[in-house]
Amino acid sequence: MKHANGRVMFSRMLALMALMALALLVSCSKNKGTNEESNAAETKATPVDKSQVGTVEGTVNFTGTKPTPKKIDMSQDPVCAKKGENTVETVMGNAQGLQNVFVYVKDGFNGTADAPTTSVTIDQEGCRYHPHVLGVMAGQTIQIKNDDNTTHNIHPTPAADSGNREWNESQGPGAPPLEKSFGRPEVMLPVKCNQHPWMKMYINVAKNPYFAVTDADGKFNIKDLPPGDYTLAAVHESMGEQTQKVHLDPKGAQTVTFTFGGAGSSGGK
Amino acid sequence: MFVVCATFLLLIAGGLVTSNDASLAVPDWPTSFGSFRMPRMVGGVLYEHGHRMIAASITVLVFALAVWTWISSRQRYLRILTALAVVGVIAQAVLGGLSVLSANWADPRWRLALASAHGVFGQIMFCLLASVALLTSASWRAEPASMLPAEDAGKLCLWTGLLVCMLLVQLALGAAFRHVWTKWGPAAAERIPANRIVNMFLVPHIVNAILATAVLVVATAMVMKRAGGNRNLRLSAISLHVLLLAQLLLGMGAFLTRVVFHMDVPQPQSALVFTTVAHQTVGALMLLTATVLAIQVRRALPHRATPAVKHAAGVQKAVTA
Ligand code: HEM
Ligand SMILES: [Cu+2]
Repeated sequence: MKHANGRVMFSRMLALMALMALALLVSCSKNKGTNEESNAAETKATPVDKSQVGTVEGTVNFTGTKPTPKKIDMSQDPVCAKKGENTVETVMGNAQGLQNVFVYVKDGFNGTADAPTTSVTIDQEGCRYHPHVLGVMAGQTIQIKNDDNTTHNIHPTPAADSGNREWNESQGPGAPPLEKSFGRPEVMLPVKCNQHPWMKMYINVAKNPYFAVTDADGKFNIKDLPPGDYTLAAVHESMGEQTQKVHLDPKGAQTVTFTFGGAGSSGGK
Repeated sequence: MFVVCATFLLLIAGGLVTSNDASLAVPDWPTSFGSFRMPRMVGGVLYEHGHRMIAASITVLVFALAVWTWISSRQRYLRILTALAVVGVIAQAVLGGLSVLSANWADPRWRLALASAHGVFGQIMFCLLASVALLTSASWRAEPASMLPAEDAGKLCLWTGLLVCMLLVQLALGAAFRHVWTKWGPAAAERIPANRIVNMFLVPHIVNAILATAVLVVATAMVMKRAGGNRNLRLSAISLHVLLLAQLLLGMGAFLTRVVFHMDVPQPQSALVFTTVAHQTVGALMLLTATVLAIQVRRALPHRATPAVKHAAGVQKAVTA
């Protein structure tokens, strides 16, 4: 008597089960990505001798023609549209210099360096991030301000194996600054605002205080670096990372040039 | 007396389906606007809030429907279905809420899993509510114009059921792709390279689309051949073909706008939003029509149609008496 029903129910159940099996499969295939970064080697502390430190400075160049910045449409939010800048944040800088490249001492520094007690700032203004690329040391405070008369949400999405944690908080107009920090080194950690989909910036969390972000002329300057042999890395949000060996004498000064771009050097990190 | 109640019930159910339909994206909206990169509030609080308000009113409707059914109908399967709808609507809300919260959880995979589950489950709910409408409709209670041959029962049930399953798999793959792409893809977290996401979810989606197309053609041909004067069956089968055609085109459109043209674009473009939401919506309609077809086929099989027919006949008698 109840047959018709039973049958329908049965096929429903089958379908559901198929679905669940699939969900399981999917979650299994994703399981591999988990992270478990053990506390990176705490090498013997060699205090930095302030009298011997030097400087590494230089330029990051871009060969080839820089694309014109892409247009964005802020009309979704009238508050943003009023400010009216209608191109993306990803600027490449003047002439041949490449802006917004994060340059850092990737290897070779084995001393100890505490995170600076001063904080760095991300300002949301005109529905854009200032700066677009930020360098900060692991554990150092990041102050996030909202200078717009609209709500933003700040949503960093660290790499799955970085040991840093994803979070998402909104910040209304006039809200007090958020104070945040990231515990593990990670380059080009994307931060998005989901209210304004064009808003995207990158935080670079360094394990030592020797880093810089290139200015509009592609220039960078890393100060107070103790003498030694280092691997210096330059990473761009879409063109990936390059490294160079650098030797720094006591009280020395070194000039380094990186070159990005040209045909064939595209692709992500 | 009962007829009035039943008609009223039908009205509510119809209204329900309509509201689901009109805002069809409702169950899936967070994901449609996943094409705006993230489920909630994207493109302004407007979307998030809109979705939540519609969802809230639907919850109220589902509760009303269930209460009404339990008061006015003694039919077991209707009671079960509406009770399921209540549980489902709550579960769906919880899933939605959790997928929002999960952005702050330690394991970022939760967000993908929850958002996809919310999208898939929303469509299942849509089908469930539509089934209630179907089971309370006049055409359901009326004797089918012509019956399907009993000896083909197994085959017919199998293929129409299989079609529903294939479409569910298709939906799950589509939802997974969409959420992984918009949350971990090139425009957002950059956790997985674009081509890997495509290989992981979209390639299976397309392969399964081919298989589902084959199953659809076989199942509908099978039904059409035997449908005779049963207009409801014919209508469902033909609708499925039309929807399939539209869906394949929209799928390609979605692929082009999402994967081919949208790699370096700083914000979602209207073409992308249109093709992806349309593709998702037509997908939901296909799943719905396939479910309806599967139920209708079972209804039109001679020895299976008994409870509802008996009931309808009883009602008829009560009314005329
Ligand atoms: C039987 C045919 C098909 C059905 C029933 C179907 C169904 C669906 C559904 C329901 C979704 C949305 C999932 C969700 O988020 O809720 C989806 C997504 C998608 N499908 Fe299909 N699909 C079909 C064929 C195809 C084909 C042939 C292609 C490509 C050539 C395709 C490409 C896509 C893409 C790119 C998405 C993601 C859209 C986005 O990123 O927002 N589909 N599909
Ligand atoms: Cu914003």
